[in-house]
Amino acid sequence: MTATFAGTPLVIIHSVGKTFANGVVALDNLDLDVREGEFLSLLGPSGCGKSTALRIIAGLSEPTAGRVEWRAGAGARRQIGFVFQEPTLMPWATVSDNVRLPLKLRGESGADSAPRVQEALDRVGLAAFAGAYPRELSGGMKMRVSIARALVTQPTLLLMDEPFAALDEITRFRLNDDLLALWRALGKTIVFVTHSVFESVFLSSRIVVMTRRPGRVFTELAVDAPHLRDARFRTSAEYAALCRMASEALAGAMGDA
Amino acid sequence: MTDEIHASGANQAEQHERLRRILLPVAVLVLGVVLWDLVVRINAIPPFVLPGPGLVFGTLIADWGILWASLLVTLETTVAGFLLAVAGGIGLAVLFNQSRALEHALYPYAVILQVTPVVAIAPLLLIYLPQQAAVLACAWIVAFFPVLANTTLGLNSVDHNLVALFELYGAKRRQVLWYLKLPAALPQILGGLRIAGGLSLIGAVVAEIAAGSAGAGSGLAYRIAESGYRLNIPRMFAALILLSVAGIIIYFALALMSHLMLRHWHESAVRREV
Repeated sequence: MTATFAGTPLVIIHSVGKTFANGVVALDNLDLDVREGEFLSLLGPSGCGKSTALRIIAGLSEPTAGRVEWRAGAGARRQIGFVFQEPTLMPWATVSDNVRLPLKLRGESGADSAPRVQEALDRVGLAAFAGAYPRELSGGMKMRVSIARALVTQPTLLLMDEPFAALDEITRFRLNDDLLALWRALGKTIVFVTHSVFESVFLSSRIVVMTRRPGRVFTELAVDAPHLRDARFRTSAEYAALCRMASEALAGAMGDA
Repeated sequence: MTDEIHASGANQAEQHERLRRILLPVAVLVLGVVLWDLVVRINAIPPFVLPGPGLVFGTLIADWGILWASLLVTLETTVAGFLLAVAGGIGLAVLFNQSRALEHALYPYAVILQVTPVVAIAPLLLIYLPQQAAVLACAWIVAFFPVLANTTLGLNSVDHNLVALFELYGAKRRQVLWYLKLPAALPQILGGLRIAGGLSLIGAVVAEIAAGSAGAGSGLAYRIAESGYRLNIPRMFAALILLSVAGIIIYFALALMSHLMLRHWHESAVRREV
């Protein structure tokens, strides 16, 4: 089941452990490569430390053991976009001001950043809502704003922490389609945390299945499916077979814990 | 789009609703005044016990020169006390937010300042400070704490994920404060200001009364105390009405400011669609 990939590692996670102050061991001896250009899903039951792993890659949390290494060259200007479980928008700012935030924090003026904000909004199909406030948007649209904000710095690595978990199925499918289109168009490396087998199979080029408490890599699966994944792929026998494989791996990971 | 959904019928109902919200309290006022007038007339109560509304209104006009000048004095103290309370309250809350040690060291004293009744502090302040400064200090003391407490609460209740996001993009402390914490705390800060506006008027009045009994002062509260000694009850009522109106105007001005600043985004200022 182990997959081989041509992409060179962008981030290497060396036997990373994370023990919280309250004694909970979230991660133990986690070894993981994130390879350039791949769509990697971290799949696992809730509480398996996959979000913690993502926050450690982002530098939002420090590992208590091991280390995270960036490929030479990428490390110098490691650009990360992060999409949280919640849209995490500033309610007092318009959609375009929310998207502009990362550029503003770098000290860029509004005039300088305007074209890139516009481009990011175009990418997620929200150009018409630039002046709207978050409360005027639906849940799916808020998530799109959040994705636009993550894209606006043109990051090399996009980290997504169960971004669509709170959305209804119709919206989730559409955002899955759009995210795949973005991934293909932009050629970014994406690490996507999810507890949905179906979502991970639909989106990923590689799935890493994690065990629960302490979080560790149980196994990994390459998803050798057509590059063009659409509604038809979602109902294909191939997709079903892959989902069964992933489900069995997940069941194994949970039985092991 | 929503304009279309809101047909003219709904609009009319909305207008009726708005009209009712104005007419009902006005009707209660009229009823109260009529009742007051009747009680005075029927029982033939002398004006030095309870003047009728007509007499009070007449006094308000006849004594307008004195009362207006006194009102300005009181308002000046109130506004100055309020502004100092806003600056001090928000400033100190920001300092507390930046330094936990400072918060732990000073917050208890802010609480003590708050729970000690200002009526009890005013005479002391009048001994140590020039009168005008003492009155101002009283207005400041009572108005300061709600601003401090509300701002502190607001600064501390920022979405943790937004904090993480700012950290991810390398935001400096100053940027976190200006772009995240202060805007996030704005609803609470404005709530604090609304309370502080009314309280600074109360503080000014209390101090003026304390100062008045010490034999000086020219604010509206002093006029009330003075009129009381002289059994000029109609003027007492007239001054009281002016004070109430001033308080109401302060409250509505701050409520309006709050609404204008929050109307785009905060649930408190946005009409609920039904």
